[in-house]
Amino acid sequence: MNGNFDRNLSSEDVLRRRSSLLQRLHIDGVLLLLLLLLAVGSLFILYSASGKNWDLLIKQATSFSVGLVVMLVIAQFDPRFMSRWVPLAYGGGVALLVAVELIGHTAMGATRWINIPGVIRFQPSEMMKIVMPMTIAWYLASRSLPPRFKHIVISLALILVPVALILKQPDLGTSLLILASGMFVLFVAGLRWRWIIGAVAAAVPIAVAMWFFVMHDYQKRRVLTFLDPESDPLGAGWNIIQSKAAIGSGGVFGKGWLMGTQSHLDFLPESHTDFIIAVLGEEFGLVGICLLLFLYLLLIGRGLFITVRAQTLFGKLLAGSLTMTFFVYVFVNIGMVSGLLPVVGVPLPFISYGGTSLVTLLSGFGILMAIHTHKKWITQV
Amino acid sequence: MPQPIRLKDHERDARLVRRRVFVGAVAVLLLTMLLVCWMYYLQVVQHEYHSTLAENNRIHVQPIPPTRGLIFDRNGVVIADNRPSFSLTVTRERAGDWLHVLDELVAILELSPEDRALFEKRVRQGRRPFEPVPILFELSEEQIARVAVNQFRLPGVEVAAQLVRHYPQREHFAHSVGYVGRINEQELKNLDPVDYSGTHHIGKTGVEKFYEDLLHGGVGYEEVETNARGRVLRVLNRTDPQPGKDLTLHLDLHLQEAAEKALGGRRGAVIAIDPATGGVLAMVSQPSFNPNLFVTGISFKDYADLRDSIDRPLYNRVLRGLYPPGSTIKPLVALAGLDSGVVNRSTRVFDPGFYQLPNHSHKYRNWNRNGDGWVDMELAVQRSNDTYFYDLANKLGIDRMHSYLSSFGIGQRVSLDMFEESEGLMPSREWKRTNRRQPWYPGETLITGIGQGFMLTTPLQLAQSMALVANRGQWRRPRLLKNADGMSPEELIAHELLEDRPVPDDLRLRDPQIWDQVTHDMEMVMHGPRGTARKVGDAAVYRIAGKSGTAQVVAIRQGEKYDRSKVQERHRDHALFVAFAPAQNPRIAVAVMVENGESGSGVAAPVVKQVMDAWLLGPDGQLKPEYRFNEPVSLPGASQ
Repeated sequence: MNGNFDRNLSSEDVLRRRSSLLQRLHIDGVLLLLLLLLAVGSLFILYSASGKNWDLLIKQATSFSVGLVVMLVIAQFDPRFMSRWVPLAYGGGVALLVAVELIGHTAMGATRWINIPGVIRFQPSEMMKIVMPMTIAWYLASRSLPPRFKHIVISLALILVPVALILKQPDLGTSLLILASGMFVLFVAGLRWRWIIGAVAAAVPIAVAMWFFVMHDYQKRRVLTFLDPESDPLGAGWNIIQSKAAIGSGGVFGKGWLMGTQSHLDFLPESHTDFIIAVLGEEFGLVGICLLLFLYLLLIGRGLFITVRAQTLFGKLLAGSLTMTFFVYVFVNIGMVSGLLPVVGVPLPFISYGGTSLVTLLSGFGILMAIHTHKKWITQV
Repeated sequence: MPQPIRLKDHERDARLVRRRVFVGAVAVLLLTMLLVCWMYYLQVVQHEYHSTLAENNRIHVQPIPPTRGLIFDRNGVVIADNRPSFSLTVTRERAGDWLHVLDELVAILELSPEDRALFEKRVRQGRRPFEPVPILFELSEEQIARVAVNQFRLPGVEVAAQLVRHYPQREHFAHSVGYVGRINEQELKNLDPVDYSGTHHIGKTGVEKFYEDLLHGGVGYEEVETNARGRVLRVLNRTDPQPGKDLTLHLDLHLQEAAEKALGGRRGAVIAIDPATGGVLAMVSQPSFNPNLFVTGISFKDYADLRDSIDRPLYNRVLRGLYPPGSTIKPLVALAGLDSGVVNRSTRVFDPGFYQLPNHSHKYRNWNRNGDGWVDMELAVQRSNDTYFYDLANKLGIDRMHSYLSSFGIGQRVSLDMFEESEGLMPSREWKRTNRRQPWYPGETLITGIGQGFMLTTPLQLAQSMALVANRGQWRRPRLLKNADGMSPEELIAHELLEDRPVPDDLRLRDPQIWDQVTHDMEMVMHGPRGTARKVGDAAVYRIAGKSGTAQVVAIRQGEKYDRSKVQERHRDHALFVAFAPAQNPRIAVAVMVENGESGSGVAAPVVKQVMDAWLLGPDGQLKPEYRFNEPVSLPGASQ
């Protein structure tokens, strides 16, 4: 045991001695490189998916730059400092969600925004994507692991309050992601397997109850269309049939950049937002998709590495949850566009057009960087 | 040694997290592998299939519009059917520079710039770029030939056979059955985009509009493989559309024609109802128009002619025409008087030719300036004596009159299934307070009693009030639909295929004999020695119960006399007549309005009789056997 700890110490020692400019700026070079690669790739695909729309491209590049700045700013904060503000952030987040419920701005049948005219318009649920894993990590970090029953119950309560509020907006996609981010903290914290299995077994009757009492008609329709898209080929099934055709027709090497017929002839809906993976699949084929998945795997691998190497339990739990939630984004989006999963509105991280989700995602990576670069040199041992 | 314990704790947590991260990493890898396998399946195994879908030879899902349901009259005569017609379609995606193609087309067919603008508008309304949009209908042989010869200059232009709505009875049912027209942008927003994906026409008025959901049916679709030019190579899969329901109406073509003939070219309205079923047997609003003009898009000039005509052919006088009911309301007021007990059969009023409210100088004139002397109810109805009814109205008061007349349907929509029916107006104190911000004056009660003043009714409401008297107060909402593929309107409502308009409460009188008394008085109008319409009644081979009325078009000043020679033709009174027959066994209730016809009993009553004759008489000129009145079977023991 002691030997192992010594080895950790010595490697920290080496790192510190070789500390480069990047480290002093609290930047993780690997993550930054991968993110920049994805950003460049995203702009290429967007150029094609948007029908060569430069305005859109410039907007996306701007959002990315803003996101990078936010990420770098967040990376400067010590995670120990962040954990001190968690209760306030959580309380504030829930209060804002309640405010949305009461005075929120409604668009396209959903009330998701707080709108102060002329000043700002934002979605509190976006902020909750970061605050939620932090809250559970903060709560469990000071308890003994694996979490005891009482702590699990309190964690679940902390998770379900904002999830329920967001579900009510209604925003199924976001509420599922936030639920996942909280649950992953519990998972990384060593939630016992028998409880995990028990929860999965209980999920079936809960899902049945959801179907009858909670889900909106449009959500039910999505599930039904997912189960049998052919049943409604002119209506809701249209998207899935067309996106599958786009991906499938790409073949191994794709039709070539800007050569996709599906997206350019308007067959593909939402081609530059949620369904952008279909454009990639059509124009760059299986190779393009594998390359993108490989980049994602590297990002996730780096995230898990940071999890293992984090110094504090708070850092470990938070980093683990953020990384796994990131994978959920990827899996749910690609799964839904290719017809493996039902259609829930989840963008493809870093590739889909949209500033809000970019900034949120990059904030998460800023936290990962902060966890990795703010390490105390434990001298007292 | 507290420190090592703390360190050990840390180490244990770290190991736990490490194990979980390992599990997570394995799950991420496995799920990523699943995605890759699925992509492999889509992009390699199913590549051919999806390529066919997406490439130029791609598989289209084409909607197949359902065949619109037919409309028949009660005897199975076709009122609306669908005829094959050749139309010209443009498919934007295949036309390339389609604006240029339209220019070419206009040049080839020698059409006008207005047509060109219309075509462009129609193409722009097309929903998806690969769907053909019809732009010109009912092509002639020559036009088809010209397009065929110049096909190479017209990419994306095709001649297609389509079913187009056709109304073989033309003007006869334009106001009742209505017509279909092209779906406009406003309607497009409210339509189910899937159900109407292959449909270009929608009901605009009348039965076509009201029963749109039933007539339209359900869309079908087929997956077709097409080549680059859009030619269908083969049909891979087909789901048949569900045709719309065929509607059979209560309307009767022969009666409709007879009613139009009876009106004889004059402007006016005729409506005939079968009291037993509420079925509308004839609905005439003259002048009428040819509904076929509207189906494929009416030309601007034709439309302007119809819209601006002083005779207002587009105006549905039966459902939307609002007229003061005049004296036709008197039997209902008489009934109210008897039932409420303010008068009885022998109550008499002396008529010096006018009526005055106590302490008022204003003279409310009887139409007969000389007065009829002592008048009881029977004579009052027979002679249409205004003085008696001023007095009766004064005794009843506006509140009771409002209550009774409302229960006859005045001031509310009475029909079960008619589009854009007007409510009319049954005034009350409440109404006057909110709408005129004035109290109700006693004089207004008097003129309400003879159907003048604020009260406004549609011919349909007048006919329904007669059907109610004929039915002894039992409500059946007037309806056009007899059945839709065998289902009656009541069954349709039960299956939620038709909006439910609840039936108003039946009229229950304290003494059912009052029905017979009112019917008797109305019979006297036709057959009594001093009846206003006795000339018409004398010629009838059956007994009619009726009442005449006139609806003022322009007000006459106090003390002035209505002098027809001084009044312009368009300012003359409208003639009204309502009736049902045979009086003891009612089979038909009729209301007639002749615009500027002046005399209810002189002009409108003969029309009523001709309509009734057409319905009730057999070829031998006698009452049809099934309509003959059978003496009621006497109750057992009563004969002893």
